[in-house]
Amino acid sequence: MSTNHAVLAHHFENLEQQRETAAFGMWIFLATEVLIFGAIFTCYAIYRLRYPLDFEAASARLNVLIGSINTIVLLSSSLTMALSVHATRVGRQQMLLTCLLLTILLGATFLGLKVVEYYQDYKEKLVPVLAFDPDEWTQIEGVEAPVQPQRVQLMLVFYYIMTGLHAAHMIVGMGLLIWLVIEARRGLLTPVRYMPVEVIGLYWHFVDIVWIFLLPLLYLTGTHQAPPWLPIPPIHF
Amino acid sequence: MSSAITTGFVPQAKTRPPRTPGENYLNVAFGVKSWLLTTDHKRIAILYLVTLTILFFIGGAAATVIRLNLMTPNGELVPADTYNKLFSAHGIIMVWFFLVPVVPTVLGNFLVPMMIGARDLAFPKINLLSWYVFTIGAIITLWALLAGGVDTGWTFYTPFSSKYARTNVLPTMIGIFISGFSSIMTGLNFIATMHTMRAPGLTWFRMPLFLWAHYAASIILVLATPVLAMALILVGVERAWGIGIFDPELGGDPVLFQHLFWFYSHPVVYIMLLPAMGIVSEIVTCFSRKHIFGYVFVLWSSIGIAVLSFLVWAHHMFVAGQSVYSALIFSALSYMVAVPSAIKVFNWTATLYKGSIAFETPLLFALGFIALFTMGGLTGLFLAALGVDMHVHDTYFIIAHFHFIMVGGSVMGYMGGLHYWWPKMTGRMYSDFLSKLAALIIFVGFILTFLPQFVLGYLGMPRRYHVYPPEFQVLNVMSSAGASILAVGYVLPLFYMLWSLYAGKPSGPNPWGATGLEWQTPSPPPPHNFDETPIVTTGPYEYSIEESALVH
Ligand SMILES: [Cu+2]
Repeated sequence: MSTNHAVLAHHFENLEQQRETAAFGMWIFLATEVLIFGAIFTCYAIYRLRYPLDFEAASARLNVLIGSINTIVLLSSSLTMALSVHATRVGRQQMLLTCLLLTILLGATFLGLKVVEYYQDYKEKLVPVLAFDPDEWTQIEGVEAPVQPQRVQLMLVFYYIMTGLHAAHMIVGMGLLIWLVIEARRGLLTPVRYMPVEVIGLYWHFVDIVWIFLLPLLYLTGTHQAPPWLPIPPIHF
Repeated sequence: MSSAITTGFVPQAKTRPPRTPGENYLNVAFGVKSWLLTTDHKRIAILYLVTLTILFFIGGAAATVIRLNLMTPNGELVPADTYNKLFSAHGIIMVWFFLVPVVPTVLGNFLVPMMIGARDLAFPKINLLSWYVFTIGAIITLWALLAGGVDTGWTFYTPFSSKYARTNVLPTMIGIFISGFSSIMTGLNFIATMHTMRAPGLTWFRMPLFLWAHYAASIILVLATPVLAMALILVGVERAWGIGIFDPELGGDPVLFQHLFWFYSHPVVYIMLLPAMGIVSEIVTCFSRKHIFGYVFVLWSSIGIAVLSFLVWAHHMFVAGQSVYSALIFSALSYMVAVPSAIKVFNWTATLYKGSIAFETPLLFALGFIALFTMGGLTGLFLAALGVDMHVHDTYFIIAHFHFIMVGGSVMGYMGGLHYWWPKMTGRMYSDFLSKLAALIIFVGFILTFLPQFVLGYLGMPRRYHVYPPEFQVLNVMSSAGASILAVGYVLPLFYMLWSLYAGKPSGPNPWGATGLEWQTPSPPPPHNFDETPIVTTGPYEYSIEESALVH
């Protein structure tokens, strides 16, 4: 009873209400997140349809290998995150700590690989403004219509904004996970007070799902060429 | 005991920390720290009230210089580029730093927990954080506007904002971007609170319409604001690094920016308007002593407006080169918004019909809202018509239309709500005579300011111009004269309301004899609102029960 009292915030009637509210608040926040990513996905889709060849040419130069490894890393981190929630609810403190630390490790691996990838992009002159060579895009073999460097830049800018925004979310998530580790070591995450893990877990899974969309949109677009019998006319809106 | 029966709320036995008699949220703690670190929704509402009042008068000062400059056709008062910065500052401050937050963060913050019988909002710390985030955003924007200013107008159209403007576009946008997070936090808090913290017996369809209006507005806050954030990020990237996201020379499309911007900025009008409509529903029922006519219709019209508001944005772009077919569809959808809006106006009128009306100050403001909003809404239908819009687009007709909605609607509603709940917030009554005078002055001043602008716009005077042909001077002088009357009307409440804090007579818990849980508490309310969690046994607006109880 005394633990319940310390866990229950003053403005809630009971723990059930407090838990429900915490989870509900996170779902609303994720709705906001869907709209912020939705806005840039829409912009990307519009230009992708308008300039298919340029976007495919740029996409073909991105590092599909690192992108794929990162996908596996991130999906694994979702598993360990889900296991942390389970461990908290059944009160297995050691398992909770292990799973949280594994999640952090996998998140750090993702971000580390992302940094490596960005650096390689830089060396390959794929960064608009910083390192970009317009001339290398004007003569690509096997592409019928001429690719325009400024449209390639457009694709690359979307790549950096989208992956950058995703990475920013990852960094926030890492901070939250570190906070969870501190809480767990102080023994504050218990079957009574498991909501912090569950709510942050929701956030973490959402960030993963965003990546599931980023992978095909950005990396896999360039792995094939548009079939010649499918002319995609420019869209005017 | 009789009061519990007549108003339909039975106190529920529940252990609460005992409260010293006479303790309220204002006198429970003193000092700057007790305010800046508070998580009490009522104190946060007061923090917002002070902040937003300051911002309102800063935005109003810019409008004053604009109207003074337009007294003469040649615009002798300020040079053209200063004029551009003035109308930009006026629009930016009034839209993002007054109208969007004002009703939710002041009255909503204060009343949402009280109306649902809760001790606080769902996330009190996030609520306080939202005030800090908002204030930081406001300070950055104000600094950007004062240190050089911005001349793009509040709409930041590309490629002007991204390429050509040589003013503080980026800092201004950063300020707006930051303040957007406070909008999201407020909306999120309201939605979560209404879903999970309603008192026992307070079912969804017993909620006061004020809450429904805030629920609808919160949906828009949560779903539209992130799109603006992304639009601002993209313009910022383009402006800072010269990437052609919206620049046709580099493969971008400026119309795409307008789509993103209006996807937020049309619904935002309803963030301003819906909470004010909620206020009017409360006031109209209270001062006609009647149940609202067609509760479910008014309720669903709020939700209907929120949904439709996301489907009409391109009516701002009829002349922006979008395809004829999408223009047709957006025109038709814009007409549809009139239906839920009209339902509200008709139902308020039907509520007043055969009511025992008391013309107290809040009702005067509410009636002003109904009159001015109706005019603003009907002229909005002119603008939804493709042919008419071609003629009056970017003229003073537009200016007049949206000021009728935003000032005649939202600000009137806010003033009504502030007067209605002021006794609850402070425990004091303001001057009856001066407040009625203020309501009258604001109404007359408003009409005189903005009615001539419809004519000006119809005759072809474009908006945002620093000079105009001499034949428009008479109407412009009328408008400026009205603006000076309007200014008096807005300054007056500042004085008598502050005066009421010192010399106002105590209001008692329920000066208007209103139903609603917030009136069941002492004025000002205790820190945790209710000593016991109330149980709700009837719907809102059971004024007929009270009347019949009085007869017996
Ligand atoms: Cu609109």
